[in-house]
Amino acid sequence: MLELEVNGVRHALDVDPEAPLLQVLRNDLGLTGAKLGCGLDQCYACAVIAGAEVVTTCAAPACDFVGRPITTVEGLGTPERLHPVQRAFVEEQAAQCGYCIPGMVTRVAWLLEREPAPGDERIREALEPHLCRCGTHPRVLAAARRAAEELRP
Amino acid sequence: MSLPPDLARQPALDTWIRLNADETVTLFTGKVELGQGLVSAIARIGAEELDVALARIRVRTGDTAHPLDEWITAGSMSMSDSGTAMRQAAAEARAHLLALAASLLGVAVDELVVDDGTVAARDGRSVTYWELLREGRFDCEATGAVVPKAPSAYRVVGRAGARLDVAGLVTGATKFVGDLDERGMLHARVVRGPSQGARLAAVDLERAATLEGIVAVVRDGDFLAVVAEREDQALRGRDALSAAAQWREEATLPDQTTLPAWLQSQPARSFRIVEGAPAEGSTEPLEPSPEASATYEATFSRPFLMHGAIGPSAALAQWSDGKLHVKSHTQGPFVLRDALAQALRVDAGDIRVSHVVGPGCYGHNGADDVALDAALAARAVPGRPVLLKWTRADEHGWEPYGAPGVVRVEARLSEDGSLLDWSLDARGLTHLSRPFPVRGSSGLLAAWTLAVPHARTPTAPILVPEAGIHRNATPAYRIPRMRIAKHLVDNGPLRTSSSRSLGAHVNVFAIESAMDELARLAGRDPLEFRLAHLDDERGREVLRGAAERAGWRDRRPEPGRGMGLAYARYKNSACHAAVVVEVAVDDDTAEVRLERAVIAADAGQVVDPMGLTNQLEGGLVQSASWTLRERVSFDRTRVTSLDWEAYPILTFADVPEIETVLVERPGQPFLGSGEATQGPTAGAIANAIRAATGVRVRDLPITPERLRRAAAEPELVAPHA
Repeated sequence: MLELEVNGVRHALDVDPEAPLLQVLRNDLGLTGAKLGCGLDQCYACAVIAGAEVVTTCAAPACDFVGRPITTVEGLGTPERLHPVQRAFVEEQAAQCGYCIPGMVTRVAWLLEREPAPGDERIREALEPHLCRCGTHPRVLAAARRAAEELRP
Repeated sequence: MSLPPDLARQPALDTWIRLNADETVTLFTGKVELGQGLVSAIARIGAEELDVALARIRVRTGDTAHPLDEWITAGSMSMSDSGTAMRQAAAEARAHLLALAASLLGVAVDELVVDDGTVAARDGRSVTYWELLREGRFDCEATGAVVPKAPSAYRVVGRAGARLDVAGLVTGATKFVGDLDERGMLHARVVRGPSQGARLAAVDLERAATLEGIVAVVRDGDFLAVVAEREDQALRGRDALSAAAQWREEATLPDQTTLPAWLQSQPARSFRIVEGAPAEGSTEPLEPSPEASATYEATFSRPFLMHGAIGPSAALAQWSDGKLHVKSHTQGPFVLRDALAQALRVDAGDIRVSHVVGPGCYGHNGADDVALDAALAARAVPGRPVLLKWTRADEHGWEPYGAPGVVRVEARLSEDGSLLDWSLDARGLTHLSRPFPVRGSSGLLAAWTLAVPHARTPTAPILVPEAGIHRNATPAYRIPRMRIAKHLVDNGPLRTSSSRSLGAHVNVFAIESAMDELARLAGRDPLEFRLAHLDDERGREVLRGAAERAGWRDRRPEPGRGMGLAYARYKNSACHAAVVVEVAVDDDTAEVRLERAVIAADAGQVVDPMGLTNQLEGGLVQSASWTLRERVSFDRTRVTSLDWEAYPILTFADVPEIETVLVERPGQPFLGSGEATQGPTAGAIANAIRAATGVRVRDLPITPERLRRAAAEPELVAPHA
């Protein structure tokens, strides 16, 4: 049995411990917010928060995450109860197709948790590994700035 | 009044609008959501014309189970086709409901007011839409007799407000095709050859078949797939099957370092472009204007580009009693249905294709091909849904790429610095490999190498105006003598199909680069030179608007920094867009940094201002990525750019600050905007680099290496930078 803590809930799972975490999240826990992008650790569509970091999950074995609490985009908020970062993404229309967006929402939430007032350069640096094909970058940057503004203590 | 074309073809209001028992309204569109904001825009238009709150609106997109066929979602036509049709359909539905209310309440229609679906008479009596139409179904047709609302009365259209689907996207609640999980669903992967010309020599199916969880190993000719209970098992099965397959390969590809020259050397079918459309007849060169005082000649090019959606193409297929249901992120559910019927040799009536959102790219990527892959894999396990996803290497190696092109411009100036003549030759591979069914051949990848194969669909020249290679090949400027020609090279060495803006990207890059050099030859300011040759007042306004916001007239020459400007009206008939870009070019490394960009656009009546901005800015970012970074790489046999390291795209660090100015045109027709900035962005970047460095790079992408090499060629460096 593989024990994982995801979005504050502990799960004991009968899965191949070597299977990528992304597949366990998506196929065993029904958490499809993290997306399969490349399977190669290159695009961060599959990003989640694990412990203190934002990590890719498409190639990392699930057993590497035992003892590291995981937060996925579903753990931040729901359409009815949006997290402030998610609300900022909605208000700034920071999505086109939206496939890469859950990873970016997760990244911005993680950043603002640690650095309540990041400058523009810091926001760009944090988002740098996240690829987007629709060119939604300007709106994502606007959303991150708005969220930082709203979450400022 | 005549009906919008899509409504004229399908005038039954029931096809477009239904009232639901829970006091909501369902709007139908035959188009699909690609990330362009279609669903939200259709909802706004419907809510506006019906006088119903946006919160009551539901939108259903393309599904062959519903008779509304709007062909493909492409060419920036969502708003002009489906939006215009919905506006009229909703206005007619409202008029029908008001007539019912008037008769029920015994008052004249013009004494009624509507508020959120409740129709009230002056005496206070009221009735709701849902009470008026108990079954929710309209049994009448649109006639064109109803006039939609005046724009001055708009409360939803053109106003600020959130896109309806973003909350689902940012929370992970939205299910993409690849996220579907149905009862009893199996996972599948395909195994393709190592190159597009490879043929299967031998394969041992046994090894994969004996792995844990493998339900089926499918072979049909060269088509190979594994179907498994779990996704990780499917991946292991794929690896085993791949290792057990031997392929015959041939060196069929040209030298990528001389791709433009290769394109020039290939036989081609040539057409003169007259008023934007290909015509038979001579493509002989223009006689040079005898009074010319200066001539400009140059050749521009772009390479193969990837659509490069962030997620791999995926489809879910299920066969039940000989009938097939496919869930797909196709751009054209009805076209795909017919193509699948042809490729699978079954009746189209036995296939249903439903659109489900997928990873976006604004073009024809692997979405259709993977649908056939899934259908072939699922045929081995009737009754069970099969979700098949391509791998990243499948996607990078097998999607139909954006077509390469070469554009030659020759133009002459008079003594006083005005354009006298202009000749443009646009040459390249096809932009159209969509799976339009043709007897005996197929546009779907897997069909070509089945045990009983279908031939590849032969390349056919696109003869409609402003499409394919000749999209925006005709400059918008007033030029006394013009000759435009297109040359379609058949049988490309790699498969190509529609990528955002088709030929407009390289054509506008070439035209606007040439306009910049011609302005320089004429000793005129690039903005002033363009305005002097542009009659269209709406075009002039976006050019002036972008220049003003960017501070064009106050720009100062500074080594290593430059501002460039470009303009085009997409398809010479849709959205007007001008782009100004400011760049900094590192003196040592020749790295180009986009410091700032300004867009001014006129898209007619705006439906969603932030959505329009998102489309225009996204187009700028994607085009900047193509222009500065992207190129499909290959050796003489194989594509070698099979992941994001080998095919880098623009990232957050490189995205400029963008300001967008929207020109308001209340009541004017919707002008498609989703591809409007692709061409102008390429031109503006090239012109800004020229201003910063004195170097004109004419082959895309404009990499530091190319910039250094071009700088070393003295004839390319102008005396006055």
